[in-house]
Amino acid sequence: MAWIFIEEVSGAPAVVGLEILSKTRADGATTVLYFGKGSDAAFATLGEFGATDVFHLVPSEGSTGTAAAAAAIADLVGQHNPDAILFGQTYTDRDVAGRLSTRLDRTMISNGIDVSLDGSVGVTTEIFGGSQLVTTMFEGPGPHLVLIRPKSFPAEPSGGGAPTVTAVPLPDAGHAGSARVTGSFVEETEGPKLEEAAVIVAGGRGLGSVEGFELVEKLAAPLKAATGATRAIVDAGWVPYSKQVGQTGKTVKPDVYIACGLSGAMQHLVGMKDSKLIIAINKDEEAPIFAVADLGIVGDVHQVLPKLIEALENR
Amino acid sequence: MKIAVCVKQIPDPASPYQLDPTTHNLVRPTEQVLDDTDRYGVEVGLQIAGETEGTVTLVSMGPSGNLNGIRQALAMGADGAILVDDETLKGSDSLTTAKILAAAMAPESFDIVIAGTESTDGYSGVVPQQIAELLGVPALTYAKKIDVEGSTVRINRQTATGYDTIEAPTPVLVSVTAGVVEPRYPTFKGIMDAKKKPVETKTAADLGVTVTVNQRIALVVPAPSRSGGQVVIDEGTGHEKIIAMLEQAKVI
Ligand SMILES: Cc1cc2nc3c(=O)[nH]c(=O)nc-3n(C[C@H](O)[C@H](O)[C@H](O)COP(=O)(O)OP(=O)(O)OC[C@H]3O[C@@H](n4cnc5c(N)ncnc54)[C@H](O)[C@@H]3O)c2cc1C
Repeated sequence: MAWIFIEEVSGAPAVVGLEILSKTRADGATTVLYFGKGSDAAFATLGEFGATDVFHLVPSEGSTGTAAAAAAIADLVGQHNPDAILFGQTYTDRDVAGRLSTRLDRTMISNGIDVSLDGSVGVTTEIFGGSQLVTTMFEGPGPHLVLIRPKSFPAEPSGGGAPTVTAVPLPDAGHAGSARVTGSFVEETEGPKLEEAAVIVAGGRGLGSVEGFELVEKLAAPLKAATGATRAIVDAGWVPYSKQVGQTGKTVKPDVYIACGLSGAMQHLVGMKDSKLIIAINKDEEAPIFAVADLGIVGDVHQVLPKLIEALENR
Repeated sequence: MKIAVCVKQIPDPASPYQLDPTTHNLVRPTEQVLDDTDRYGVEVGLQIAGETEGTVTLVSMGPSGNLNGIRQALAMGADGAILVDDETLKGSDSLTTAKILAAAMAPESFDIVIAGTESTDGYSGVVPQQIAELLGVPALTYAKKIDVEGSTVRINRQTATGYDTIEAPTPVLVSVTAGVVEPRYPTFKGIMDAKKKPVETKTAADLGVTVTVNQRIALVVPAPSRSGGQVVIDEGTGHEKIIAMLEQAKVI
């Protein structure tokens, strides 16, 4: 028996949680730890993706709630003894899972891209930029704690009905639970969402400057594409973090990924190498991005992109 | 404020990483470098220490090697380091790492513990949260901006869509993203001083931590590799090749 921890994001279950549930329900893992305000609509969604039972953990007003959630889950584990608890490799899930691992004194495996729950629990992870796959088996007593990377499995509804929901009060976590949320800000980006877009145009330091990123936006417009970025230009402040693709950003699998002036560092590749088609423009013939590109153009983005944009706009 | 910064020496990411074929542990050469991600934590620590007349102690686990990476962080201005170096810790999981670091820090009663959000070589991404739970302190995670006012620490916590402002009273743990501050470069004087700064070395037994291994690598195989396609040099018509491919993919 495995449980799936799912955080509420903008009033709905986090997509990564639904992805995990879509995978695990075949193994009978249909119990969800739901962390957030909750609503009939949110629970109905969980049911549609196969959840039969939901433990509902509601953070108290103004608290991040992560320390208290870990404490509450530890209590539930004591009562029900699940074999495994699966989380998404996301910020809040990491916060809860890390604390839970300490509370339960259990090891955990991060960055899973696949998990097997039949008998012993095993997790597959990628290393060295996705060039090698490692399978790790848990030993010792459970529950085994696993963090799964987003987009590891497709989210597919199974058409289930509403689950049984049990409210779980969160305990007072004392000083450890004293982090408070005082505000929430959305850095709005226009256009299609990175995780959902069929086409992504991504840029890196080779664009030269924040103005250079306008070329990426201009190319994205006629393609109805989302725009993405490397960490280098996020850290440089050219674009918000919500556009970052890679190990510490988003994982994407679009039909077409157009990489403009980015080198293809290991940490970037893990976030996009499973795109169906990769097109890269880079002036360095040796750039690692060419090793995964279906079409590589060795050239200057300031030459190639304006012509490409013009050709598309004139169609 | 008394500040601890968790740092890690890692094999130079510029040279290819290797796994030991029998233990599957990462091969760690004598000459390691400071994980670049940690320069941000050190800088944050130094800035807060500067504002509060505090101190910065580096805390690290791993083979000492020639201490090159630790000296890099000391050269930035940290006051000293505690390093836990122990053969039995090779291949430790995140929880063991957190137990070691927390045990090394506990007797010092730090006001603020700073860590990167994940290391470059291991990137499990949960060690800071595990340390916070072991120390019984709140965790302000994924900081992209930090302010300290009296005994309250406030951060902008990066989220998938923007950021939250969150705060907690000290003692507190803060995990920082790259880009939170611009790390300083060591000065010549800093590099010279770093050689004389105290580096205290401990073992797992000194800290009373017993190492348990509850996971086993069963298999390492090459991933089905994506073969590169056509690479052409742009001679003014590169964009036409792209158009043709987009047509073929039926996105235009
Ligand atoms: C723990 C950790 C996590 C990380 N997570 C991520 C992550 O999630 N996502 C991510 O992207 N990175 C991540 N990184 C950073 C990563 O290692 C690289 O530093 C980063 O991806 C490089 O970005 P870049 O390709 O834009 O820059 P560079 O590597 O500097 O590449 C720029 C490229 O542009 C080319 N170029 C220059 N001028 C032109 C021109 N005029 N025309 C065409 N091409 C040109 C150059 O040939 C070069 O290949 C992480 C690093 C660490 C340590």
